Amino acid sequence: MAQPLVKKDDDRDDEEEYSPFLGIEKGSVLQEARVFNDPQLDARRCSQVITKLLYLLNQGETFTKIEATEVFFSVTKLFQSKDSGLRRMVYLIIKELSPSADEVIIVTSSLMKDMNSKTDMYRANAIRVLSRIIDGTLLTQIERYLKQAIVDKNSVVASAALVSGVHLLETNPDIVKRWSNEVQEAVQSRAALVQFHALALLHQIRQNDRLAVSKLVTSLTRGNVRSPLAQCLLIRYTSQVIRESGTQTGERPFFDFLEASLRQKAEMVIFEAARAITELNGVTSRELTPAITVLQLFLSSSKPVLRFAAVRTLNKVAMAHPLAVTNCNIDMESLISDQNRSIATLAITTLLKTGNESSVDRLMKQITNFMSDISDEFKIVVVEAIRSLCLKFPLKYRSLMSFLSNILREEGGFDFKKAIVDSIVLLIRDIPDAKESGLLHLCEFIEDCEFTYLSTQILHFIGNEGPKTSDPSKYIRYIYNRVILENATVRAAAVSTLAKFGALVGSLKPRILILLRRCLYDIDDEVRDRATLYLDTLASGESEATNDQTDEDVKGFLFGSLGIPLNNLETSLQKYEVSKEPFDIASVPKEVKSQPLVEKKAAGKKPTGLGPPASKPTSAVDAYERLLSSIPEFSSFGKLFKSSAPVELTEAETEYSVNVVKHVYDGHVVLQYNCTNTIPEQLLENVTVLVDASEAEEFSEVAVWPLKSLPYDSPGQTFVAFEKPEGAVSAGKFSNLLKFIVKEVDPSTGEAEEEGVEDEYQLEEVEIVAADYMLKVPVSNFRNAWEAMGDENERVDEYGLGPRDSLSEAVSAVINVLGMHPCEGSEVVPNNSRSHTCLLSGVFIGNAKVLVRLAFGIDASKHVAMKLAVRSDDPSVSEAIHDIVNG
Amino acid sequence: MVSCPSIKNILLLDSEGKRVAVKYFSDDWATLNAKLAFEKSVFTKTQKTNARTEAEITMFDNYIIVYKFIHDLHFFVTGGDEENELILATVLQGFFDSVGLLLRGDVEKRTALENLDLILLCIDEIVDGGIILETDANAIAGKVATNSVDGTVPFSELTVSQALATAREHLARSLLK
Repeated sequence: MAQPLVKKDDDRDDEEEYSPFLGIEKGSVLQEARVFNDPQLDARRCSQVITKLLYLLNQGETFTKIEATEVFFSVTKLFQSKDSGLRRMVYLIIKELSPSADEVIIVTSSLMKDMNSKTDMYRANAIRVLSRIIDGTLLTQIERYLKQAIVDKNSVVASAALVSGVHLLETNPDIVKRWSNEVQEAVQSRAALVQFHALALLHQIRQNDRLAVSKLVTSLTRGNVRSPLAQCLLIRYTSQVIRESGTQTGERPFFDFLEASLRQKAEMVIFEAARAITELNGVTSRELTPAITVLQLFLSSSKPVLRFAAVRTLNKVAMAHPLAVTNCNIDMESLISDQNRSIATLAITTLLKTGNESSVDRLMKQITNFMSDISDEFKIVVVEAIRSLCLKFPLKYRSLMSFLSNILREEGGFDFKKAIVDSIVLLIRDIPDAKESGLLHLCEFIEDCEFTYLSTQILHFIGNEGPKTSDPSKYIRYIYNRVILENATVRAAAVSTLAKFGALVGSLKPRILILLRRCLYDIDDEVRDRATLYLDTLASGESEATNDQTDEDVKGFLFGSLGIPLNNLETSLQKYEVSKEPFDIASVPKEVKSQPLVEKKAAGKKPTGLGPPASKPTSAVDAYERLLSSIPEFSSFGKLFKSSAPVELTEAETEYSVNVVKHVYDGHVVLQYNCTNTIPEQLLENVTVLVDASEAEEFSEVAVWPLKSLPYDSPGQTFVAFEKPEGAVSAGKFSNLLKFIVKEVDPSTGEAEEEGVEDEYQLEEVEIVAADYMLKVPVSNFRNAWEAMGDENERVDEYGLGPRDSLSEAVSAVINVLGMHPCEGSEVVPNNSRSHTCLLSGVFIGNAKVLVRLAFGIDASKHVAMKLAVRSDDPSVSEAIHDIVNG
Repeated sequence: MVSCPSIKNILLLDSEGKRVAVKYFSDDWATLNAKLAFEKSVFTKTQKTNARTEAEITMFDNYIIVYKFIHDLHFFVTGGDEENELILATVLQGFFDSVGLLLRGDVEKRTALENLDLILLCIDEIVDGGIILETDANAIAGKVATNSVDGTVPFSELTVSQALATAREHLARSLLK
């Protein structure tokens, strides 16, 4: 090709970058592909053209349907060549072109021929290509060959067939399941990878059959699985069996296998086993020890991958068992300066979780040094770790808060800044002492904040918290600056915040009114409207300053919630057609759709930093409260005290799935049954739960709220309410029977038949226990709270708990019975300790604050004794807590 | 859900983050742009690290990426965040070493492109649809270079370097013209 000389000179820099594919172009390569049709095939040239085609595809070039079909047809001609190198390239490009079903037919016969060829390489590759492109009907034709291939003496052929089996299982499970016997035979293969592939396929064939998996694991853990990859698989399956079989008693062959795997040669197996042990449910500290020891060794490995794997696993362990990891702290500290920043960050956050109060300052210093080197993503991890550390050691808030405010000033993206702001907000809420300094940090941040969302959220928060501080006037400057300097959205938020200060702080009101009046000249409608509105409401409060009612109205207007779910409001507004009739907010339904309740778990996981300031009830409880108060029968029950987490009353994957939420009031209990109908062909109507309360003497049924209709896959609720003695801790067991009228639904039209049949469905029992009358409420400093409570209502007694598995098991059992919040990480029992003190806090029914101090001791015969000290505002409550333990 | 170890993708990029050869086994990146964006962030997040003696590791967007560099080539293997890091590292090592064998130690972008067919076949022999096929570098290189799977006959007759030399010269010459 004659290129202009000048151009070549220009490209001199590129000469080092010389690529054999320089100037390659799709059109010309497709032209070249015509050589595939030559009667005399030039194998080498054909290989080159295929490589070029593959290069184009690899660079992201796409072929049109016609081009791809053309290439595919000409490629099929290349099966005539005997050149094995070319054949390999043909296999490769067929897979890349992924021909359509009608094209596949052209190559199947060639590939089937290769599948039965004498050359192993052809057989293995033909199997892999075929299984990638064929459909069910063709598969039945070649099934016989695949079964043979699985037990082929050539390991590459066997592996190819087995791996193809794994892929085919997804599309044609029925066919692949018939190969069980052959696969079983292949598991015994001497070839390491065949064993691995066979095990993977066998497990996938049987994965829905717990018993079969358990049998498979039992036989293999005794036997001889050689390949490290297969051993890793076996470890995964073993922990699955342990998970599904629940707690094991007596001999524990499965756990022993995991522990024995810690002594294997291959690092990947050792690590897999260690990780599996740390992830077991309810793992004890004694069981953890060997796994932690192995991981600790990995921490000082010269291989970054090994260090990363170990520190990541230990980081997870530290969440549930911080004390188990403390032994690794020294190794972990040396990782803070690790070259690999991911490792350093994980080490830091682990240390933050396991560290004690005295090491906080030192750690903070080390973290500050490397904060600038890491990515935002890891910075967020660090911020979250610091947030939880601060809640754990409230006394250290000063150094942690100053750290947060420092990094808030540094460069960073939105998510990072939001994480910091959320953390500061959370600290302000939970640690009263941190409020003033935290608010000022936030004020300074919005002076120079590029994120409108964060600015408005912070302004909202300052509006709620600022007026309650000792000197609210100092915030006004920051807020008014926003009115002068920011965009319309932020200005509007600032106007609302100003109004809140005006409403709550009488002395500031005249000045606020002046500032608001200035906002009347804003260029933005929203800002002007808000200013006008607030001026009006505030001024009306002014003129009748003596009238408390008006004042309350103003506050209610500024701080109250809408009382209507926003979703409902949105739908109503969308339905609203502009007409003469004004939109009536009272017409918006107040019922909460069941959707948010189902999503409770996801929402409840993270503390929502910037929500409404009422931090005690989570948003889900709010939603429950709104839902319940919308039902007239329940509105007289008073204030909702507690709603439990949903308890499943049906097995997974049954026809109807039902769970129950227990709502506790002072003198009532409401059971909320969340029902889901999983049968598309059915419509359930008039759904109720028939509750037999004969084993719950103190309860009497007062109301039933049926569910009118329950269509497929759209959850609904039915309620049953009980009366019980006011303020009493009544316990009882309720058996439940789901009753309904079932109607057949025509799946094609979705219409239900007129006539229905009555039917019922047995549910599991639900129990109301003492813990249902206790709210988990944390206290920030247990000792202060304990001292402040005084000992006049203290009740102390000692109890024997009999022989227990371990001290930590006994501790968690008592915590569960009481349903209280463990403070200061005292729910974790250190390894091998013989005694332990656990601190709990909560609010008991009747809104009585309760603090509990538990001292445990265990003797050589594993008998556990416990001293229970309870303090509360009311002696009868202290007694009641002892009654719970007395059973 | 218990699953078999799986590989999300294998990437071979040059010192500017451009593709030499890539293979995706997962649908996590549906479009070409999503793939390129992923490659770009992998490249920028790792380029300043020193992954020349030991394989390095990083994690972002819930993916674990192990990587190793030599000359102007950057090798990456990606897995999900639940994956055993050491398994990923084994795959990476198998890929890295087998490319080294196939290119006769002359591992740089230019030779890699000149022998692109070998690199592509190599990836094809390491992972099939996300499932690990083989991690032993000698076995992988053997399957690719000798065109014979049972590895014993021709691979031991010809020395590796001889076999590779012929394979390499074929392509180099023709693609250069």
